[in-house]
Amino acid sequence: MNPGYRKERIDRGIKVRSDDVFVLASMRDLLYVVLPRALVIILLLIFPAFQDILGSYWQNVMLSTMVIALLALSWDLLAGIGLVSLGQSLFFGMGGYLAGYLSFTFGWGPLYTLPVATVGGALLSTLTLYPILRLRGIYFGMITFAVPLLLSRVIEVTKILGGTEGMSSLPSFPNTGFELYLVMAVLFVTVYAYRMLVGTDYGLVFNAIRDNDRAVVAAGYDIQWYKAQGVFIAALPACFAGAFMTHHFQFVGMPAFALDYSILPLTSVVIGGVGTFFGAVLGSFVLVPLSELLREFGSLRVVVYSLMLLVFTIGLPEGIFRFVLRKYHQFERLVPMEEASNE
Amino acid sequence: MVANLLIYGLVNSVVLMLTALGFSLTFGLSGVANFAHGGLYLLAGFLAWIFINSFGLPAALGMILAVIVVGILGALIYRFILMPVRGIVLSEVISTFAVGVAILEFFRWKGFVTYDFSLPVLVQGSVKISGVSIDYQRLLIIAIGLALALLLWFFTHHTRIGLALRGMSQDEYTALSVGIESDWAGMLSLALGAGLAGVAAVVILPLGIISINMGYDVLLIALAVTVLGGLESTTGLVVGSFFVGYAMVITSTYLGPQWGEVVYLGAIVLVLAVKPSGLFGKSKELEERV
Repeated sequence: MNPGYRKERIDRGIKVRSDDVFVLASMRDLLYVVLPRALVIILLLIFPAFQDILGSYWQNVMLSTMVIALLALSWDLLAGIGLVSLGQSLFFGMGGYLAGYLSFTFGWGPLYTLPVATVGGALLSTLTLYPILRLRGIYFGMITFAVPLLLSRVIEVTKILGGTEGMSSLPSFPNTGFELYLVMAVLFVTVYAYRMLVGTDYGLVFNAIRDNDRAVVAAGYDIQWYKAQGVFIAALPACFAGAFMTHHFQFVGMPAFALDYSILPLTSVVIGGVGTFFGAVLGSFVLVPLSELLREFGSLRVVVYSLMLLVFTIGLPEGIFRFVLRKYHQFERLVPMEEASNE
Repeated sequence: MVANLLIYGLVNSVVLMLTALGFSLTFGLSGVANFAHGGLYLLAGFLAWIFINSFGLPAALGMILAVIVVGILGALIYRFILMPVRGIVLSEVISTFAVGVAILEFFRWKGFVTYDFSLPVLVQGSVKISGVSIDYQRLLIIAIGLALALLLWFFTHHTRIGLALRGMSQDEYTALSVGIESDWAGMLSLALGAGLAGVAAVVILPLGIISINMGYDVLLIALAVTVLGGLESTTGLVVGSFFVGYAMVITSTYLGPQWGEVVYLGAIVLVLAVKPSGLFGKSKELEERV
C-alpha cells in the first residue's frame, strides 16, 4: 500500500439502520437484509429441478458437497470450543458404520437407521473421545488425527464389521431428488441451530472455554462436562453425514475413516472462514465442485487443494465469508495519514 | 528365533528413531509440529534418486546433495510459510501438513509410483551374527542412528547454538531478552529437522523401494515415537523408539505383519490419553491439558 495512506473502513448507512438500530425504513432496507439469505436458500431449493440440464453427475457432486458442508459445520463448532480436530472422519465413520451394521445385521431401512445412527454414533464418538477431552491445542489435534486411522487398521486386522470388504448391498433411498432435499433440510437445520446455539448463554460457555479455559474453570464450570456436550452436539451432523452416505453408496467400509473426510472439511472451513458456520458451508461449496472439476488430473487436485489451504491460511486467514461480508457492509477508502511515521 | 528377534528389533528401533529424529528435534527446539516431515522425507529420497539416476552423480554425493537441498527447503518453509502464522498452533499444523501433502501428491501425480524407484545401498554384503545374517546397510543404519542421537544430544546440551535454541524453546521472552533471535532459531530448527529427515531417508530407503504412502506412515511413526518418549527429550526419543520398535517386531512375528501399524497408532492414542508429556517429558500439565 502507498505509505502515507491508510485504509479506512466505514459501515454503510443502510447497515447501521438495519443492523444496530434495527429500523427497516424502506423496501430497500428490507431487501438489503433479506436478499442475500433468501437468494442462497432459493437457489439451493430449486437446484434439484435442474436435473435434466445438469445430469446426475452434478447432482451427486451437490450431494457430496453438502455432506462435506455438514462435516465442516461440525468442525467449526468443535473449534468454537477450542477443540481442533484433525480427524472429522472419526464421526463420519462412526455414523456410517453404525448405520451399516444395523441395516446389514437387522435389515433396517434408512428410516430407522438414520436417526439411530445419528444419535447413537454421536454418543459413541463422544464416549470414544471422552478420556482425551482434557487435552488441549495440538495434543488434541494429534490424537484425533490418529484415532480414525487406528480404527480402520483395527477393522482391517480383526476382520470385524466386514473387514476390508466392508458391508455392501444395503437398502438405499427412493431417488436422488429425495436425497438432495433430505441433506439440504439437515444442512439448513444445522446451520440455523448452530447459529442460535452460539448466541445463547449456554453457547457462550463454549466460546469462553476456547478463549480461556482456566478462567472458565475458575468460574466454577465443569468444562469436561461442557466439552463432552459440545462434542456430542458437533458429532450429530457429522454422524448423520456418515449414515447418509452409507445408504447412498449402499456400502460402508474402511474408506469411511479415510483421510479425505478429515482434510476436506478442514480445508472448507479455512477457505470459508472459521467461526461463522456460513463460512464453513460456503467453503465446501467452493472446494468440492472445484476438486470435482480437477478430477481428471488425478492426484494433482490434492496438490491444488493443499496449496489452497496454504494460501488461505497465510494470505486470507479470515476466510472468504468474512471478506465478502466486509465488502457488503462497509465502504473502504484510502485516507492520507495525519502523522507521518518519521517525524 | 530369539537372536533374530533381538537383532531385527534393534534394527527396527533404530530405523524408527532415525525417522523421528528430525520431527522430535524441530518440536523440541521451536515448538513447531512439522507435519511436512513425511513429505520432506520422501522428497529427499526422490531427490537423491533424481541426482543419481538422471544427473549421473555418484551415489554418496547425490545423497548428501539431497540432504542439503531438503535442509535449505526446511529453512525456506519456516521463512515463508511458518513466520506469518507463528504462534497460531492450528495454522502451523495446517500449513505444514498442506506442504507435506502437496509434496507427496505431486510426486504421485508425476508418476513416481512404480517399482523402479529405489536407492542404491552404500555398502554391499552381509555378515552373520550369532546365526542371524544381517547386511552391512542395516549395520550402517544402526551406526549412523546411534551416532546422530549422540551428536544431537551433545549439540543441544553443550554447544552455544544448541543451548540458545533450547533456551528459546523453554522461555521465548527471556531468550529474546538475552539476545537470541526468535526467527533465526526457528529457521535453524526447521532446517536441522528437515535435514535429519533427509539423512533418515537416504540411509533407510535403500532397504526397499520408495513408495508414496510411506510418506504418511513416516509422519505417523514420527508422531508415535516422539509422543511416547516425550515431545522434547532426546532420552525419551531413544527409549520411545526402542519400545515401539521391539513391540512392532514382536507383534508382527507372533500375530502377523499387519499388526505393526496397529501398534504404533495404538501407542499414540494410549500415551496421549494417559500421559501426554510422554514417558520422559517434563510435566507441563497446564500447557497440554486442564
